Order: sequence, then structure tokens, then C-alpha cells
Amino acid sequence: MTDTSIIEKRKGSSLSMVPSLATIRRVIWETDDTYTLLIDPPRGDGRTFAFNAGQFNMIYAFGTGESAISISSDPFRSNFLAHTIHRVGTVTSALSRLRRGDTIGLRGPFGSSWPLEEAVGKDVCIAAGGIGLAPLRPVIYTLLRRREEFGRIMILYGSRSPLDLLYRVELEEWSKAPNTEVIITVDRGDSSWKGHIGVVTSLFSYLKMDTPSTLAMVCGPEVMMKYTCEELERRGLSAGQIYLSMERNMKCGIGLCGHCQFGPKFICKDGPVFRLPQIKDLLDKKEI
Amino acid sequence: MKPQDLTESLHKHPFLSNMNEELLKTLTSCASNVIFSEGTYLFHEGEDAKTFYLLRSGRVVLEVRGGERGQIRIQTVGAGEVLGWSWLISPYKWHFDAFALEQVHAFAIDASCLVSKCETDCHFGYEMLRRFSEVLERRLEATRLQLLDVYGSAISERGENY
Repeated sequence: MTDTSIIEKRKGSSLSMVPSLATIRRVIWETDDTYTLLIDPPRGDGRTFAFNAGQFNMIYAFGTGESAISISSDPFRSNFLAHTIHRVGTVTSALSRLRRGDTIGLRGPFGSSWPLEEAVGKDVCIAAGGIGLAPLRPVIYTLLRRREEFGRIMILYGSRSPLDLLYRVELEEWSKAPNTEVIITVDRGDSSWKGHIGVVTSLFSYLKMDTPSTLAMVCGPEVMMKYTCEELERRGLSAGQIYLSMERNMKCGIGLCGHCQFGPKFICKDGPVFRLPQIKDLLDKKEI
Repeated sequence: MKPQDLTESLHKHPFLSNMNEELLKTLTSCASNVIFSEGTYLFHEGEDAKTFYLLRSGRVVLEVRGGERGQIRIQTVGAGEVLGWSWLISPYKWHFDAFALEQVHAFAIDASCLVSKCETDCHFGYEMLRRFSEVLERRLEATRLQLLDVYGSAISERGENY
């Protein structure tokens, strides 16, 4: 198939290269440098905005640029979208200055999703680091909404400091759900912090996992994911039971431009969610 | 607690998993049950390290005295984990303060007793050193990861937020 035919095939589909207009409903500052945009999804064609947990949108700050941002809202609630964004560059800084009623461009949803159907009947271990909790939040919403379909839920979350924790109120609520454990750790804490201090991998010491029936979903900085996957395997999970979400600097979102190439894969098209064996050999290669 | 009960309880601690009965009995002869109330210190930086602890419940936070910055908390240790290896390495002084965040139940292992057993029974000594080496390796790896400051704002965490 030629590039032209790929583009033609995707014209008119939800994978359009043309952004739709979407309106900011609310901006929530989660931490000093991380905020959540609540967005009224584009409805120009009369459709609701459906997505799967783990997918991302390309968000366009007019006059500045476009950035790939994971969707962090509940897939069952199609009347709004949430994107939790770490302010680190020009686009994310421009987006951070938006207010209620402002307009953005939006393309998506793109990419693969977390294996929720495969997780039915199993225990689920979610390991998140920093803003990596955002792409996993739709998973948690889904697991809790369909609680009886899954076994034990273990949510391990690591952050830089107590002030950098995302979704604090929800973390508290999730911990009260039946057969659900939420364990939080920070890299640095002061005397007011009564929780765990240490890296997220250290939290596995407090879990006795029924490894044959557990599925793990991991998201965070790449080095954190690497060590977390090693720890999960050390505790008896096979690589095939571990999923992780990769990120690169994505541009087109549909596997044409090559910006997000990861070895033989395109993160935007083949990922961002991968089963570990699909990319394990690539994680340690510094050239990739 | 009777020595037999203590041996059985020790056997359930993850640090001693799969240790054979004979070696476990040797360790039991150096062990006792201890409880620390919430808000108390188990030991202080600079003191002689005469004991190590196998935590059964509760959490302990390790603190460094940071001068003007006050007490800096660097790591928590909880149920199923080992607290303290300074008894093993010269100059046998604690490097941190250990503060009980909650009521702590632990097995305290007397270091001088243990060292003498290690010296007279090489098999036991090797087994203890092997288990402690694993703990040290894990802690070193965790410390390196902590030093990387992977969640720092200076770098994009996920590559997506440009």
C-alpha cells in the first residue's frame, strides 16, 4: 500500500489529520506543574467521542503546536474528556494558559489500548509513576465500574514528593473499593508525610501476588518501567503478563511521519500500549 | 514466646524463607520479640549497631540529620523487610535514625551473638551473608533509581508533553 492510499483510506475516518474544535470546560491544577483539561469533545458530526483506555489524542494549541496527550477520563462518560498534562515545554505551557471557554484543536483517539478484556477474571496490578497514572486512570475507572468481573486490584503509585501526587481525592476513594489496594510511595518526603518513602518497585514487597492469575499494567518514566518490569518478572510474572505504555515525540499520530519510531514499531500506531515481549529487546538499546 | 514458637514465627518472615531448620534454630538462639510504640526511635545515627530487625508489622522511616533542613526522610521499611545492616560492616555504627511511624512488631537479632555463630559455623555465616547481600543489592538499586529523580520536571516524563 502506498503512503497516498493510506492517507486516502484514513480520510473521513476518525483518524483524520484535520483537528476538530473542542472547548475547554475547566482547568484543574493537580500539582504546581501538572494540570487537567476537562474538554467538551468535538460533536460536529453528531457522534459522541468514544475511546478505549490507554489511547491518546493530539491536542493542538493554536499558534504554538500540537502534542500527544493520553486521555485520562472515564471511557464510560462520553460527555467530556480529560487530559492530564505535565507542563514541560512550549505546547504544554501554552495549553496551561487556556481558560474555560477557550478552544483547542483535537485529533484522535489514536493508538492501542490496555488489555481490559484479557484482564477479566484475573487480578490486576497497576504500577504507575508520576504522570504515568494519567493513562491508567481510565483503566481504574473501568475496573471499578465493572468491579465484579475482575479479581483483586492492586494500584501502586510512585511520585517525586507528596506535593506531586496526582488525583489525591480519587486515590483515597479507590482505596475504599472492595478488594482493592492502593499503595503510594514518594521519592522524598518530609516529617508531615506518613506514607511510604522509596521507589515504586519497593512496594512489591508488601504484596503477595497470585502470579499465575495476575495481569500487570505499567506506565511511567521509561527507566521506572524498566525496573518495574524486572521486579514483576522477579516475582514470577511472565513477560506476557505485563503491559506497558511507551511514549515518544509523536507528530502525525497515524504512523506516517516516523517521529515516534521505536525500532520496527511506531509508538503512535502500534502502541502506545505494548505487551512486554513486543518491545523487551528494545528497552535496553540506547540507540533507540 | 517459646523457642519453638519463635522459630516457627521466624520461618514465616520473607527474609528467612526456605532457610533450613538447623540454620533457623541457630538464628533463633540470637532472636527476641520486640515492640516499638508509634513515634519512638529504634536507633539513632552514630550509635553502636548491636542489633538488626526483621519487621513483622508496622513501618519505620529512616531519617538523616540534615542540619538546617531538619530531619530528612529517605526511606520507609515495612512488614516483611529487614532493618539494619550496620552490625555487619565496620565501624558497626548506625548511619541513620530509625523512627517508628506506627507501632512496630519485630524480631530483634542480637548482632554479637549472630557474629559469633557466623564465625564458628561457616555454612550459617555464608547463608546470612548471601541473604544480606541480596537485600543490599536491592537497596543499592533502589537508591540509584531514587537518585535519578525520574519524575523531575527538568525532563519530559513521558515524551509526550512537549
